Amino acid sequence: MKQHVIIQVKNLIARFHEHIILDRISFEVYQGEILVIVGESGCGKSTLLKHLIGLYHPPSGQVLIEGEDITTCDEVEFQKVLRKIGVLYQGSALLSSMTLSENVALPIQEYTDLPHDSIDTMVKMKLTLVNLGGYEHYLPSEISGGMKKRAALARAMALNPTILFFDEPSAGLDPLSSAELDNLIITINRNLGTTMVIVTHELHSIFAVAHRVIMLDARAKGIIAEGNPHELRDKSTNPFVRQFFNRQLTHH
Amino acid sequence: MRTSKTVPSYHCVVSKGEGERITLHVEGRMDVTTAAPMISELRLLLKNSPPLSLTVDLERVTYLDDFGVLVLVELKQILSRGNGNFYLTNAQGKVREILDLLKFPTLPESVATIRKVPSTIFVRLGEGTIGVISDMKYLISFLGAVCLALFFILFHPKSLRGEDTLSAMQRTGVDALPIVGLISFLLGLIMAFMSSVQLKQFGTNILVASLVALAMVRELGPIMTAIIVAGRSGSAFAAEIGTMKISEEVDALFTMGFDPTRFLVVPKIIATMIVVPLLTLFSNMFAISGGLIVGVLMLDLTANAYLAQTLHTLTLSDLLWGFFKSGVFAFLIAWIGCLRGFQVRGGASSVGHATTSAVVSGIFLIILSDAIFAVILQYWG
Repeated sequence: MKQHVIIQVKNLIARFHEHIILDRISFEVYQGEILVIVGESGCGKSTLLKHLIGLYHPPSGQVLIEGEDITTCDEVEFQKVLRKIGVLYQGSALLSSMTLSENVALPIQEYTDLPHDSIDTMVKMKLTLVNLGGYEHYLPSEISGGMKKRAALARAMALNPTILFFDEPSAGLDPLSSAELDNLIITINRNLGTTMVIVTHELHSIFAVAHRVIMLDARAKGIIAEGNPHELRDKSTNPFVRQFFNRQLTHH
Repeated sequence: MRTSKTVPSYHCVVSKGEGERITLHVEGRMDVTTAAPMISELRLLLKNSPPLSLTVDLERVTYLDDFGVLVLVELKQILSRGNGNFYLTNAQGKVREILDLLKFPTLPESVATIRKVPSTIFVRLGEGTIGVISDMKYLISFLGAVCLALFFILFHPKSLRGEDTLSAMQRTGVDALPIVGLISFLLGLIMAFMSSVQLKQFGTNILVASLVALAMVRELGPIMTAIIVAGRSGSAFAAEIGTMKISEEVDALFTMGFDPTRFLVVPKIIATMIVVPLLTLFSNMFAISGGLIVGVLMLDLTANAYLAQTLHTLTLSDLLWGFFKSGVFAFLIAWIGCLRGFQVRGGASSVGHATTSAVVSGIFLIILSDAIFAVILQYWG
């Protein structure tokens, strides 16, 4: 079955000052899949993610989201693309002066014409979906890290975007919270058909959620492996890839 | 009766059954874009005569997400307000899954929140009082900690962080010189100009020099400089320490065995206490040169006569008194700036609050202490 390409990256170069981090990489993300971008620390995972969501502008290359090249399109087109995506940041990035419900309500108020009381109900449903029912009036500083992550997820999917981006979703979470978040990711993907692009190096999460992984490497400055994580672990021809997925130390 | 309406990608058909029983056939997508028009349309439809029962037929719904569920929740609420019954039929496949995921039968009761009880005036008064008392306690204990740290440094000068002190001196002093100079120069200019209008009438132009010199050296020089430093550096201290506080850097210092007061506050206080008197000296000189320009260009005074009159008016004790005051102001600015920084709790808005508070309380303390000094000088001098 030919799958529908939702994000296409073509010959993307990512640079930090004069130092090239990713050299002409290309890949596709298909609609409805959970793609995990893995690699060692410093291989450019987060940089790549920031290119995908338009926070960084590449010196050359293209990033097409549903056919729109976000590296060259104008402000109006870019705003339209932004409506289709949601991002869960590593540090949650909830607005600290607002309560959880205000944080989640923000995009709904801005981009829909729902009446006030309906927005209230909607926000509660969103928070209940991420198991935060009853915490509407808490400030981000009053809840734990795992709860912040879940609240940030509720905000990221406030408008049911077609693509969700996750930057290290399990960073700083205990195994249970992390597994809970993984379950949430799978549930949302299955029920709403949301495409997910996840940057992580948490092996448990990778094996639990990934449909497909892309592995980046700092020395190759690009993609060194692509495919199903279980297959890569057992059958990859690259010993480094096998070591990564088997959690063994590399000996160079 | 049949009503129908086509809005982008959905279609609602209402067929009235027997009596007050209504069936609603929904077609198309029930999602984030169609929820708002659907809700307003259905509210209008059901506003006047809430039916005894409403059945929503979901057979032809092609897509349902939680915004679509919100529409159903709305209908359910309207019905329950009029004591009517609400039914869903033909929910299949994905639609069924979404309804199960969100536990539709228990909605909206299951998302009802525990409302925060609005506090009474007595509770708020009590909270306010406790807040003020604990603020005062912290203020005093912080003053104590700063004094202890300063004494410690006095006996162990080597433990002072020299680099930090120097860079704080540069940021607080050297970088502030242009703006302090410009403002003082203009202040001298204005003072000389305004007073000359009056003094000219009595033929005592030369007294302009005395007025500018005395006013600046004893009062305005120290105060203006202190206010500028409070705005520039007091706020910066609060923002810096406040940000360190939320990113747990202060906690890290503490667990590494550093005393945060000694590490962060002492260099800033010492640096400020060194540079503010120097800035005051510059401020005085710039103001006098401002007055000199008015004197020479508008009052037909010679530069020599103006400067001689200035020197004749000023005594060493005036100058030292001004320096002493600016030293005290410097301590207060740095102390309150750091204090507000350490009081930061929570997030970004708290840092903003601390910064504002550092400047406002800094300026208040400057004026208050200046008033106290004025009284002391009255009885003592």
